[in-house]
Amino acid sequence: MTKKDDYLSNIEGYGRALRENAVSLNSYAEVLASRAIDIDKDIHAFARIDKERVIERAEELENSSRAGRLWGVPVAVKDNLCVKDELTTCGSKILEGFRPPYNATVVEKLIAEGALLFAGANMDEFAFGSSCETSCYGGAKNPWDTSRIPGGSSGGSAAAVASTEVVAALGSDTGGSIRQPASMCGIVGFKPTYGRVSRYGLIAFASSLDQIGPLTRDITDSAILLEIISGHDHRDSTSVNVDVPRYTDSLSQDIKGMKIGIPEEYFQSGIDKGVTDSIDAAIKVYKDLGAETVEISLPHTKYAVSCYYIIGPAEASSNLARYDGVHYGHRCANSQDIIDMYIDSRNEGFGAEAKRRILLGNYSLSSGYYEAYYLKAQKVRTKIADDFREVFKSCDCILTPTAPTTAFKIGERIEDPLKMYLSDVFTIPANLAGLPAVTIPCGFGENDMPVGLQLMAEPFAEETLIRAAHAFERNTDYHKRFAGE
Amino acid sequence: MNTKKSKYETVVGLEVHVQLSTKTKIFCGCANGFGADPNTQVCPVCLGQPGSLPVLNRTAFESSIKVALAINCDVQEIVKFDRKNYYYPDLPKNYQISQFDMPIAYDGHLTVPGEDGSSRDIGITRAHLEEDAGKLIHDEKKPFSYVDLNRTGTPLLEIVSEPDIQSPGEAYQYLVILKHIIKYLDVSDCNMEEGSLRCDANISLRKRGDKELGSKVEIKNLNSFKAVRDALLYEEERQEDILSEGGRIEQETRLWDEKRGITSSMRSKEGAQDYRYFPDPDLVPFEVRSGLVETIRENLPELPVKKIERFAEQYKLDKKDIEVLVSERPIADFFEKVNTECNNPKVVSNWIQGEVMMHLKDKATNIEGLGLSAKALAVIIKLASGGTISGLAAKDVLNTHIDTGDDPEVIIKEQGLEQVSDEGELDVIVNKVIEVNEKSANDYRNGKVNALGFLVGQVMRESRGKANPKLAGDMLKKKLERK
Repeated sequence: MTKKDDYLSNIEGYGRALRENAVSLNSYAEVLASRAIDIDKDIHAFARIDKERVIERAEELENSSRAGRLWGVPVAVKDNLCVKDELTTCGSKILEGFRPPYNATVVEKLIAEGALLFAGANMDEFAFGSSCETSCYGGAKNPWDTSRIPGGSSGGSAAAVASTEVVAALGSDTGGSIRQPASMCGIVGFKPTYGRVSRYGLIAFASSLDQIGPLTRDITDSAILLEIISGHDHRDSTSVNVDVPRYTDSLSQDIKGMKIGIPEEYFQSGIDKGVTDSIDAAIKVYKDLGAETVEISLPHTKYAVSCYYIIGPAEASSNLARYDGVHYGHRCANSQDIIDMYIDSRNEGFGAEAKRRILLGNYSLSSGYYEAYYLKAQKVRTKIADDFREVFKSCDCILTPTAPTTAFKIGERIEDPLKMYLSDVFTIPANLAGLPAVTIPCGFGENDMPVGLQLMAEPFAEETLIRAAHAFERNTDYHKRFAGE
Repeated sequence: MNTKKSKYETVVGLEVHVQLSTKTKIFCGCANGFGADPNTQVCPVCLGQPGSLPVLNRTAFESSIKVALAINCDVQEIVKFDRKNYYYPDLPKNYQISQFDMPIAYDGHLTVPGEDGSSRDIGITRAHLEEDAGKLIHDEKKPFSYVDLNRTGTPLLEIVSEPDIQSPGEAYQYLVILKHIIKYLDVSDCNMEEGSLRCDANISLRKRGDKELGSKVEIKNLNSFKAVRDALLYEEERQEDILSEGGRIEQETRLWDEKRGITSSMRSKEGAQDYRYFPDPDLVPFEVRSGLVETIRENLPELPVKKIERFAEQYKLDKKDIEVLVSERPIADFFEKVNTECNNPKVVSNWIQGEVMMHLKDKATNIEGLGLSAKALAVIIKLASGGTISGLAAKDVLNTHIDTGDDPEVIIKEQGLEQVSDEGELDVIVNKVIEVNEKSANDYRNGKVNALGFLVGQVMRESRGKANPKLAGDMLKKKLERK
């Protein structure tokens, strides 16, 4: 691969270029890794790029059958997905030096399809954040404007794809962590139905909300990756035993008569004008394509952020209890006894946002507060899911902005957690209800930064989203724009 | 104390932890066994490695239902697990997967016999399924402790009784009965030394007739049923002494010191821990498959109480005999199999309680490990009671059979153990015995009937055990009375 354009291709284009140029994968991998390292000096999409390991992988692939659908395609993997024997640290000092003894199920699946893995995509610490700034390595930067955040928590995954360091990436989405950064970096981000993709090997933030999904240049690539990573896994009790459709079959289908719900609650105050304008234009595109829009209401949406910030931290406080300096990761020096060791290791290892969420979670689970917070939040969660169930009787999918604003400046919100949390106001409900949701690029708003359009559907209706997203792509070219062009 | 004379009555509740002997651990595929080298039966899941997830072991779940039904509990329709959050070095995730508000079983009882022959129902509040923690090994000579995580993730069923138990003796009986049932279900070894059965006891005293419970003390470190009884007896006396002097019982946890025979304070309940229980999001609640509980109920083995009744009626054996036979299910089963072949309950019972149990003890094995089939024992018993071999020879045949596995009939033939019941053959021996033992012969003739026994014994000795003793006696009598 020699032409610059080659690096702008999607999975299929990459595969074709690789076959046609007939270069050996090793030398190609070397060029690819060097190029990524070079770009990453500005973008910092990775906590680390292990060039040696990338070349080693390429050698392994060189000797394998070339049958895999991702053969030789560079795919970034978020730093919270276990890659056997490679550093996997969740962007946290507490996991410094941690090399998992096993591969996450999704990593196994990528390897089986011949993907050239780039492990260690940068992220907010334990996925706690919407800007990538809480990473212990320092945040990633938005390729469209490096003074701005790439979104989070899968900010590294999004920036790596948008900056053309890799073709595609895997991220995880607990409250918008795939969609919000994809939106801010002008790419596609897909959060599947809860239970669609195995979480085995995903280092948990909030187990009942986390879901792994792809970040890609276009919806075709998301459909391909989704097809690969989906499916029941006997190692994950929350993965659902539902057949995986051929998602790529849903591409290129028309959307005439498709009913698209427009929820009033997602178009109220606090949204940038540039965002609203882009979304309005997108709605028009859909209407022109023969889709029908339906005014809907999701009245409990206004409680989603509060509800999420009870449930998420509660689960996180328990999931993160294991990082105590005993078995792996950071251990403090010179502790007097085991309690000291716990306290000092955790105090040194966790950043401010992680500590905030652990405290919040422990508080809401404490006896005397459990009913008022955790239990109440669970009830609200049910109400939010009920809202969606109700509206899906009258529409096939729901269209909203992915985020209320375009990418903001680095440092702009880091001191104001509440403001930061509101960045996920439109993405959180899908996690609470376990719905599939996708963001696709739909224009440029304030400061010429990308705007994303979110589509949500019923559980296991990923195909509807792919159909709707692809129809939009066929009639627009936002997904073909690249930063710095 | 605790007698009708005492001003106080004793209230005891027991928490019993039973390790289920499944092949693999409760949430992962690691082997579940005792005694392996430390930290060799572990995997990312039971080590709580980041990213690993638990998946419930179906057998552990079904075994719990078996126990639930056997102790007369209702089985919860929804199975839900919760996290119990606390920091401890034997708990790699720093939370234990347990059941909080929806235990798998609730509201049961055990019928416990009293010393006077009556019996009482002891209520069972609940039984819940959880994962065991690892083991800490403390070496007092070293400034640190060791952690063995092989035990982490062993399925554990915690059975909590109501505070219905009225004396240390009754607590002991409750444990005996509970263990007996669980052993019958074949779901646990119930070995206190290996920790597959563990017990904590709660005890409080109250003025006779009072409704309200007194402050309770929890006793830990109880390593045998006897320790449970002894510790409760000690604690009963200690609390009564305090109360009679107008003192107050402090709610606390105390440790039993086996050597010194006392309990001592471990921690007070004042700073009670908040475990921040919440539903484990990694294990979605599921409905118990319809019909599963009934299927398990139908396939439950006959439990001790029922078996004892049936043995009494069907085999007309003494209570003592039945107790021994029913003590272990394999023994009871063996008894029944042997008896089906030879239909002689009392004799079969004697053989099992005598010879068979002696062999079990000598070889320190169980009935499956002894290498004795029910059929072989039945053949031996039949040959002995039919007179083909003497009782003495029958024991030899059994020994040889157990050692070599040879067919009993072959052993008899090879060793020539068949009884001599032929008068012609015995005649020579009988004559010789009378001749050699003239004094005894004369004694008998002079009316000392006892002398005959001695003479029969001599015939047996001369014939190397082969003579039919009854025939020998008859012949001796005839010959001695003739003159």
